[in-house]
Amino acid sequence: MARQGLFGSSLIKKYWMALTGLFLISFLVAHAGINAMIFFNDGGVTFNEWAHFMGTNLIIRTMEIVLFAGLILHVVDGLMLWRQNRAARPVDYAFAKHNANSKWYSRSMGILGTLILLFLIIHLWHFWVPSRNIVGSLEPYGSDAAGRENLFALMIEVFSNPVVVIVYVLGCFSLFWHLLHGFKSAFQSLGLNHRKYNGFIAFCGAAFSIIVPVLFAAMPVSMYLGWIK
Amino acid sequence: MGNMKLTLKIWRQADAKAKGAMVDYQVSDISEDMSFLEMLDVLNDRLVREGQEPIAFDHDCREGICGACSLFIDGRPHGPSRHITTCQLHMRKFKDGDVIHVEPWRAGAFPVIKDLVVDRGAFDRIQAAGGFVSVNTMGNLVDANAQPIPKLDSDKAFDAAACIGCGACVAACPNSSAMLFVAAKVSQYALLPQGRPEAKTRALNMVEQMDTEGFGNCTNIGACEIECPKDISLENIARLNREYLGAELSKE
Repeated sequence: MARQGLFGSSLIKKYWMALTGLFLISFLVAHAGINAMIFFNDGGVTFNEWAHFMGTNLIIRTMEIVLFAGLILHVVDGLMLWRQNRAARPVDYAFAKHNANSKWYSRSMGILGTLILLFLIIHLWHFWVPSRNIVGSLEPYGSDAAGRENLFALMIEVFSNPVVVIVYVLGCFSLFWHLLHGFKSAFQSLGLNHRKYNGFIAFCGAAFSIIVPVLFAAMPVSMYLGWIK
Repeated sequence: MGNMKLTLKIWRQADAKAKGAMVDYQVSDISEDMSFLEMLDVLNDRLVREGQEPIAFDHDCREGICGACSLFIDGRPHGPSRHITTCQLHMRKFKDGDVIHVEPWRAGAFPVIKDLVVDRGAFDRIQAAGGFVSVNTMGNLVDANAQPIPKLDSDKAFDAAACIGCGACVAACPNSSAMLFVAAKVSQYALLPQGRPEAKTRALNMVEQMDTEGFGNCTNIGACEIECPKDISLENIARLNREYLGAELSKE
């Protein structure tokens, strides 16, 4: 069967995968940057100020919908690709040395993505759901020194549980492996491959894959250890 | 004669509909100077003498240039060495006492015909969908060298044209994707002025045929490039991605 339409051909699916992936990467930059405000260690005043802006600004709230749409597109497109790829080999090899020609994480984007999605559901339940007053609210946490709603206090409470901290660190590991292949793969899918720039793209991809997950993992860990309070 | 003893685990399947299985064979007196196919010839010679059905496998030129031989040997297409086909693989790459798995290419689009022989007609159909340039042969032919072509472009087109269509890229890919093959065939024309008039329809039609045949999607893991006997670069897949994107966005 020929595949046509907006998600038709194999290549169109890959373009969507790359574009939504790069869009989600741009979200990670904003998310990690703003959350890093907790490292001012000022009782969350700077962080809460930014959280208030992100939660109330009309453009940001609109982008939140676009972000969810991008995430769903990335997941659904990924599942469609995964299903077609499994169907393309009805009988598998009895003996195959996949490690001789490729990296395990590049072959495991589906499972890594699933782990990230599971983490994301837990993560949204912890912070996004109460801060948008869907279930619960930030009211029990009072206001901070500047009189703003205290998302920071909720972070401190959530990250006082060692199991949660471990889950978050594992989530960051999944993100690391996913990005390590995904970042440079997105450029290749869009046809952006040139001898002159490939090294630079690979370097940026590796640096991004390390810096962002380490920054994210440092947040629950430093709060649990009491370095940030 | 040499003195290597080997255990071979070989996929046997009577015909396209039969259920196949891995069957163990012991071979001895194997010389390290034999090619892998010659080693199978020795085994087949014995099987015929014993009144058994010989193992079917594809081969033709045995010089590494025709693309007929295949075989997934010891977990890799064309065996453990890089940049060679199975006919150029020699038994010196193995040790006395080794256990070697030998399987056919595995892809839904490459159905097994018998034992280790698969039907690679899907590649022919992809090629027929656009892997050519239309030339008017009625009357005055233009000399091919009359058109100036940058050296780098001609080199890259030549590198892409080195693809022998053996199918190792599909066999190596966990998704059974044929992207490296299609990318090589699109690139060898896309890089040359003679290929440009039909570039859009070529990219669109060859990719459509590739999807229709049931090959998987490229996930950029790069296994095909490592296993390709002709060292076809992933650069070609990026070029196909560009060619197709441009064609898809601008087609009327």
